[in-house]
Formats: sequence, structure tokens, C-alpha cells
Amino acid sequence: MKEITITTNKISNMVNGHFHVWGWEVPLYLFLGGLTAGILIIASVMAFRKKKDSFALSSGKLSLWAPFILSLGMVSLFLDIKHKLFVWRFYTAFEITSPMSWGSWVLLMIYPLSFLLILATIRESYPGIFSFINKFLSFLKLDILFRKLTEFSEENYKIIAGITIPFAITLGIYTGILLSAFGSRPFWNSSMLGPLFLVSGLSSAVAMVILLSKEHKEKSLFTKVDIALLLTEGVFILLFLIGLATSSSQYKAALTLVTGGALTSSFWIFIVMFGLFIPALLEVLELKGRNINPKLAPVLVIAGGLFLRFIIVEAGQMNSWLPY
Amino acid sequence: MKKYGMVIDTKLCVGCGACVVACKTENDVPEGLHRDWIVEEVTGKFPNLHMEIRSERCNHCSDTPCVSSCPTGASHIKEGSNIVKVDPDKCTGCQACVVSCPYNARFVMPEGYVSKCTFCDHRVEKGESPACASVCPTHAIVFGDLNNPMSRVSRLLRARKFKTIIPEAGTEPNVYYLI
Ligand code: SF4
Ligand code: SF4
Repeated sequence: MKEITITTNKISNMVNGHFHVWGWEVPLYLFLGGLTAGILIIASVMAFRKKKDSFALSSGKLSLWAPFILSLGMVSLFLDIKHKLFVWRFYTAFEITSPMSWGSWVLLMIYPLSFLLILATIRESYPGIFSFINKFLSFLKLDILFRKLTEFSEENYKIIAGITIPFAITLGIYTGILLSAFGSRPFWNSSMLGPLFLVSGLSSAVAMVILLSKEHKEKSLFTKVDIALLLTEGVFILLFLIGLATSSSQYKAALTLVTGGALTSSFWIFIVMFGLFIPALLEVLELKGRNINPKLAPVLVIAGGLFLRFIIVEAGQMNSWLPY
Repeated sequence: MKKYGMVIDTKLCVGCGACVVACKTENDVPEGLHRDWIVEEVTGKFPNLHMEIRSERCNHCSDTPCVSSCPTGASHIKEGSNIVKVDPDKCTGCQACVVSCPYNARFVMPEGYVSKCTFCDHRVEKGESPACASVCPTHAIVFGDLNNPMSRVSRLLRARKFKTIIPEAGTEPNVYYLI
């Protein structure tokens, strides 16, 4: 006869003991936040390139996506919070121990920085939009201010980019720390999630450049960068798993979710196989001159990034210290 | 400073659920939600089985991940005590605290803010004990100040064997179970 433990939970909040409070909104928000971070890092780093004539997308057009993608993420987060009329409370306090508080303030800093970054290149990248805004604002007699701000951004392009980089890195890392700070959920409780989500967000942004760029040189440079990022991501995932495997029994139990447990196939197939390994292979083959649909690898990378957030957010909630 | 705690005698608890009903009535807890609950655990090898019944709730921990993860300060520790409370007017319903509690002691109210056991601080202020402790027909739940060596809770912990639930989660819970 085996040793048994049967726990029943009478009169409780927990239906069948399954704890689940975060649905699709939080992982989507984490993904879009990471993607925004990636876009801003690329757009800022490109401000320091030597040759000014090429790479129209990554060094100019790309930054315009940042505030829109970030806003989409914020909408997603807003849909998740339950006491919606009190959302402004995020901005009446700064709680130094709360990653969510850090996140909300960093998000607030990201907006003005990305607007300045956009203005620094808008004249060349989007001449149509630039003259439209000018005309529109001249009605309101604000066009002079707009032009002044644009000139300021152009003159201080590198400084703005230099300030944006640490903020964007913080944003990218924060999307992971938000989860890893929860000691109550062993699957998340690994500081590897910060760098992992940062690299994944960067790689999704790079994939976006590959997908949207019209210049061959730009595409091939970013394909090389993406291969390096995918490899790094693979190493980080391995370190994350090793971290769980070498920790105490609760963490080992959390690890079994992806080594035989409920999320094993989705983790290895959607994140590792189709999100990392296959796109990296396709990109290598493409660089070697094989004729492969150039959209395939970047689409897989972006989908892999999305799956990474979804599966990790789910896994964390499927495992806790309590057996019931 | 007062360090409030509960000592619950698993040898006396019969799992009647009176504490759960008392709490729901006292604190107007909506249908389907609970600030305290009953856990029954059977362990061992047949025929040597052991059954334990526990009335569980927020542990008003000494190290509070729920408070430190809250972005707005809505989750806070009541001044002069260790009672962990939520201010509904500051709560955004982000559920960071819900996720951070290893005991799953928190839940979202139908209005959207987070709620949980308050150790009935409104009763404690008046010198009464929490509703759950006051109705327990077997007197299994004892409430008091752990900082006071002469309180009943302190004396029980000196006299009897006890445990806390998942102490390895590291939150230093203040609800003790006599075993
Ligand atoms: S039991 Fe949970 S909600 Fe209560 S103080 Fe501890 S961590 Fe916070
Ligand atoms: S749900 Fe409310 S109390 Fe909990 S962490 Fe969010 S704001 Fe704080």
C-alpha cells in the first residue's frame, strides 16, 4: 500500500484548487512591452551608426511603431485590471519594492522619449506625416512649437537615443522581473526571466525589421543579428531550466510542468522548436543563399515570442507552494 | 507594537465551518467568495491513516510579499500592528498581491478591488476577538498578541507542539496550528 495524501478544500475560493488569475491580457502586455523595448533599442542604437545613407527602416521609420505598440499593450493591461476607475492610483505612489510600480513609471518615461526619437528622424522618414502635422498644427498656431521641438530632437538625436537605451532596457527587463519577483510561484521565481524577456523582445523587434525592410543590406544585417539573439535566447532558456532543476523540491516540481507535465509539448514545440530552432536554421540557410520565403523566419520568431509569454505566464499559475 | 496571531488547535477542530459562516456574516463577504476556509488532509499508509482538519485564512505574515508587490500602497500593514489590509480606494485590481500570496488568501470583490481576512480588526479595536474565533463551538481558534508572553496564544505555543503552513515559502506566517 502506498503512502497517500488526500487534501480536500472545503468551502473555499478555489475551484478544484486551480489558481488562475491572469488570462491572455497580461502575457500580451508583456510581449508588446518587450517588443516596444526592442524597437526603441534598435532605433536608438542606429542613431550611432556611421553611414547615414542606408537602413531607412531601422534608423528612421521603425521608431514610429513604438508608442502605438506600447499603447496596445497598455490597453491590454487596462483590460486585465479589475478596479478600472482606480487605474490612476498607479500614479499616486511609487512603491520601490513593487516591480509593477517601477513598470508603470518607466512606461510613462518611454512615451516622451519615443516621441523625441520619432521627431529626430520624422522629416526624412515620414515627410508626408511631417507636413500634415505642420499644416494641422498651424491651424492651432502650434506649428512653430512643433518645428522647434523637431529641430531640437534632430540636433540632440544622439543624446536622446543615449537616454532612451537604458530606459528601453529597463522596460524589457521589467517585463520579466514582473513575474520573477513572485516568490510564491516557483516557476517564475528565477532572475533569468528578466534577461530572457529582454532578449526575446529584442529578437521580435529585429524580426519586425526583417519583415518590413525593403533594403537587402538591412535585411541581411538584421538576419545575422537575429541568429545571435536566438542563440542567446536558447542559452538563457537552458540556464532558466537548469536553475529550476538545481533548486529545492518546489522548483523541481515546477520544472516538471515542461519536462513531462501539462505544458511539455507546448513549451518544446512552440517556444523551442518553432520559436527558436527552426527560425534560426531558416535564417542561416537564407544567408547561405537558399531560396526560402523570407517572411517565414521572422513570423515564427514573433509568434515564438508571444508563445513564450503565454506559456510562462500560464506555467507560473499552475504551480505553487500549496498542494491544494 | 502588537503582533497579532492565531493559534488553531487541529485536535479540536471538527471542520464544521462555523468560522467560515461567521466571517461571511460579520464581513458581508459576497456569495462564492471566502476570507477563511476549511482544509481536510488525510495522510499515511492504510490502515495507519491520520486526518487533520484546518481552518485557514490570511496568515498576516511578518514578511509580506502581498504588500511589497502592491504598486499603489493599497495593500498595507495597519499601524501599530501586523494586520495586513487592503484600502479599496487605492486598489487598482491588478492582482499582483493575489499572485504573490503563497496561501491564495486573496480574492477580487465583485466591485473590482481585492479583499481578504482582516483579523476582524474592527472587532479587535473594541477588545473583541475575530468573528471566527468567537463562534468556534470547540474553542479551537484562539486569537491574541504574540508579543505578549502572557497571552493565551503565547502560552499555547509554549505548551504545545505546533506548525505553520508551508513555512518554506518564507513569509513568516502568524497563524499557528497545534498538532
Ligand atoms: S497570507 Fe498572503 S495575503 Fe496574508 S499576509 Fe501572508 S502573503 Fe499576505
Ligand atoms: S490588486 Fe490592489 S491591493 Fe493588490 S497589488 Fe494590485 S493595487 Fe495592490
